Amino acid sequence: MSDDLYQEIILDHYKNPRGVNALDHALAESHQVNPTCGDEVTVWVGKGDNGSLDVAYVGQGCSISQASASVMSELVAGKDAATVSKLEDAFMELMQSKGNLEADEDVLEDAVAFAGVSKYPARIKCALISWMALKDARIKAGLTDHASDEEEEN
Amino acid sequence: MALNVEEIRSDFPILKRDVRGVPLVYLDSGATSQKPSVVLDAERSFYETSNAAVHRGAHALAEEATDAYESARAAIAGFVGASSEEIVFTKNATEAINLVAYAFSNATDKHRQGIEVDQRFVLRPGDNIVVTEMEHHANLIPWQEVCAKTGATLKWFGITADGRLDMESNPIDQNTKMVSVVHQSNILGTINPIEDIMRMTHDVGALGFVDMCQSVPHMPVNVHATGADYAAWSGHKMLGPTGIGLLWGKSELLNAMPPFLSGGSMIEMVNMDHSTYAPAPQRFEAGVPMVAQAVGLATAVGYLEKIGMDNVAQHEHELTEYLLNRLHELPGVHIIGPPNSIDRGSAVSFVVDGMHPHDVGHIMDSRGVAVRVGHHCAWPTCRRFDVPATTRITPYLYNTHADIDAAVDAIVAAQEFFGVLPESEKVGL
Ligand SMILES: Cc1ncc(COP(=O)(O)O)c(C=O)c1O
Repeated sequence: MSDDLYQEIILDHYKNPRGVNALDHALAESHQVNPTCGDEVTVWVGKGDNGSLDVAYVGQGCSISQASASVMSELVAGKDAATVSKLEDAFMELMQSKGNLEADEDVLEDAVAFAGVSKYPARIKCALISWMALKDARIKAGLTDHASDEEEEN
Repeated sequence: MALNVEEIRSDFPILKRDVRGVPLVYLDSGATSQKPSVVLDAERSFYETSNAAVHRGAHALAEEATDAYESARAAIAGFVGASSEEIVFTKNATEAINLVAYAFSNATDKHRQGIEVDQRFVLRPGDNIVVTEMEHHANLIPWQEVCAKTGATLKWFGITADGRLDMESNPIDQNTKMVSVVHQSNILGTINPIEDIMRMTHDVGALGFVDMCQSVPHMPVNVHATGADYAAWSGHKMLGPTGIGLLWGKSELLNAMPPFLSGGSMIEMVNMDHSTYAPAPQRFEAGVPMVAQAVGLATAVGYLEKIGMDNVAQHEHELTEYLLNRLHELPGVHIIGPPNSIDRGSAVSFVVDGMHPHDVGHIMDSRGVAVRVGHHCAWPTCRRFDVPATTRITPYLYNTHADIDAAVDAIVAAQEFFGVLPESEKVGL
């Protein structure tokens, strides 16, 4: 029952979320809501060591939205803007795949657990909301990578 | 008289289908109802035999189409105790509410330009419009917009902990120009004392509007008996097609209002620099209207009349009582709205400890049970109860006790799956 959606990893991140925090040295934040169901997440980004990103979030909402925020914060923490931008794209591609994409576990790690979400159009926004907040906060903070972020705008 | 639900169900082709590999249990009629074959057949037959633009042209088909359209209006008017001239076809209830809201802002605009308009629709700073905290966004945002455009103030009735209107918070006063309240809440299920509220409205000389989206489909309603001046509801929630909504208004008021959408079919005389308008309802039906939908909706009304709205209401009342009792038995499940079936319709919202409504709805769906999750376009109501969203079950005439059982089983399954079933319950499983 719903096993394709509710992977163990998702339920685990939902019940034991990582990375929930405010960031005291944040350069920017982004608050996103999903107006159809009231999911909310705020993501903060700041500069970490050696050009890496520090990320934190708070949120409330369904298991998919909250687990996705938790997985996202774990996955991108400590990575540089170029890598994060690529992860955002990879996750977006997975969400748009309608279940027809073999997710690359080497790249997306725990986030591959969300592959099943792409088969449920009503839930894709839930999984994406924290990633959208991340991208928005990153751009506001100027923590972008020219090559990968500009390619996107074209 | 008890409904013959099996016979009714056989009239609805969609109820025979499977979803996600299991039989569909449709419990989302508050969002939209399913349609019996007779409604679909009526629309098809209109297109196959009488299709033409109404109120235009003198050929035989145009006459037949006009007759079908106007007969539909008469049938729908009769269903709610109104007369034909009082019924305006719109695309949905939302548009019908906007039509009246725009009468206020358009009249206020014209008044500011020195154009003569009926003063009942002119708003000034200091005037107020009254709604409730349990409105659907469709009966909230249009009034917010009117206030923003005219300088009037929006006020509202609050809600008590058990989901009733808090009559002590009544904000109606001498400066109130319009009171617009929902008859039955689509999220809480509460049936409001609209006769009383309309009396208070008229005591201060204001106009009264009732959002009947969740009442006309579910109980016998005589619009005049409610004391309201206006009402709106949608065809698609009462076995009719999408694309058609209804505004009922007292003729004298409709004819005193400036038009909403303008263009063809709504005019009396047109010159290059000014025009005059047809009397209501044509004044508010600019452009070629939704004729096939009107024919379909009239057929839906006939179908409901044959069953009897008293019987529909009685059936829903029994199912609602059964549903409330079953939900009360579930540990970790809390009803948002009146806990009993007194002055209550079939919309039953609830939350589950430890689970977000989206997840509850998803697992119910995986067992074929279609329910609504979210804020139900009543976000302020959710905020009042401090919940981000709810899961909502809304039975209708084609639902059975077995459907309620399936829903309740699915809720317990969701709790089990998420490991949030309180200990006491696990033992018994
Ligand atoms: C109480 C209430 N008012 C207004 C509406 C809006 O109806 P529609 O979307 O058909 O315009 C609805 C439907 O969801 C409703 O339940």
